[in-house]
Amino acid sequence: MLLCTALTAGLTMFLIGYVMIKGIPNITWELVSTKPSYLADRIGILPDILNTLYIVIATLIAVLPLGVGAAIYLNEYAENKKLVSVIEYASETLSGIPSIIYGLVGMLLFSNNFGTSILAGAMTLVIMNLPTILRTTQESLKTVPQSYREGAFGLGAGKWRVIRTVVLPGCIDGVITGCILTVGRIVGESAALLFTAGFAHTLNGFFSSLRRPGATLTVALYLYAKEDAGLGVAFAIAALLMALTFLINMSAVFVGKYFEKRKNQ
Amino acid sequence: MSNIITVDDLCLWYGETQALKNINVDIPQNSITALIGPSGCGKSTFLKTLNRMNDLIPTVKITGEVKYGGKNIYDRDVNVNMLRKDIGMVFQKPNPFPMSIYDNVAYGPRTHGITNRVKLDEIVEQSLRDAAIWDELKDRLKKNALGLSGGQQQRLCIARALAVKPKVILMDEPTSALDPISTSRIEELTLQLKENYTIIMVTHNMQQAVRISDYTAFFLLGELVESGATDKIFSQPSDKRTEDYITGRFG
Repeated sequence: MLLCTALTAGLTMFLIGYVMIKGIPNITWELVSTKPSYLADRIGILPDILNTLYIVIATLIAVLPLGVGAAIYLNEYAENKKLVSVIEYASETLSGIPSIIYGLVGMLLFSNNFGTSILAGAMTLVIMNLPTILRTTQESLKTVPQSYREGAFGLGAGKWRVIRTVVLPGCIDGVITGCILTVGRIVGESAALLFTAGFAHTLNGFFSSLRRPGATLTVALYLYAKEDAGLGVAFAIAALLMALTFLINMSAVFVGKYFEKRKNQ
Repeated sequence: MSNIITVDDLCLWYGETQALKNINVDIPQNSITALIGPSGCGKSTFLKTLNRMNDLIPTVKITGEVKYGGKNIYDRDVNVNMLRKDIGMVFQKPNPFPMSIYDNVAYGPRTHGITNRVKLDEIVEQSLRDAAIWDELKDRLKKNALGLSGGQQQRLCIARALAVKPKVILMDEPTSALDPISTSRIEELTLQLKENYTIIMVTHNMQQAVRISDYTAFFLLGELVESGATDKIFSQPSDKRTEDYITGRFG
């Protein structure tokens, strides 16, 4: 047992240490603040950082209202419990599908219509992350005590007012947790984006990027790792991604604790 | 004394199970009516039919009439929200919202369109005074209501119900989760409130029914066995089952 624990911890530490040692020396200001240029013979990952940010924003803008809205409907309005359980089962299944399949479908559905672009990538990620947002929101809607709803109805509040003023504020922590998980997943996603968002390292603004292809950090990592010269860059990106994942996880924990504290006040 | 609510031949089913059988009863205005009976006899269910809180349970089916102000509240054209504004409710377990004390009391008035700060301040103060809790809370209106003791929370819930200026207040065992001191406070409070409101209270506590109610209705297995003046029910019940219950032979 002890050996297993030691091995697990050791492997994790080794992986983190290895990536950090190989990656950190390669992170320079020039790398993170410029775009790649053959003329100047330099590699810069600023476009990839921005693309990642864009795709996170674009995905969240679409997936949040969709997922939260669906969760509210399923939990507060839907009367056909059988249908609800079918939808819940479907969304659970959806979240277990390998992401490359989303990529394949996304390519056919979105890339072929909108072109290989950040938008197509984001739309693919919307489908992929919808179950996460739906489930986390639903779970937290279920934790809002029925007695709050009864209290509000008892005062003559209509359904929408009850949801808006009593139910939603009570489940905001679940929504935010879902959001953070989703951001983490998007940042770490590569397979679904290979097909849909493309490989370009060009510098774009948010809106113009939507119509153009662009590599996110993970995709860029894959691309640079395949080029001989770029292994150092790949490790630099890996180290950045790891730090980012760490930050995202920390913020999830922090937000969870914050809301727990606020609830107990 | 005139009747504010008249119940005619009310039946209620949860799916296939009949929970209320042909209930007929009148609720006199400005009085306290106690609903007594063993657990599962339908008294809480009956209470909730009076402001249609049973609407929240999808399998419920209701026949018969509940007339409030001469109108059947189960008619199609009845606005349920307005009905619940008139017939407020205090629940068994105190259920303040996880907001400030002020926002709890202001929730109802805001729901019904009052946004004027001065007016809201007035309503909040008056409601808390009427619920005999103003002096305890006036310096901490911005604090979260969940930080109050159980007894305070329940009086806050009463204040919250009063804030929409109801005519009738339904109370579902409002003291069963409270200690004796909080209980007696709430009992005193209900006695004061009947000056201006009609109170219908479910209680498991026979002494409580005797202490505060003017009228009593005894439920058993979904039937209303007997109803009438509390003095009479507890001194000379006309039904053998009522006598058995109030003398503690079952229940």
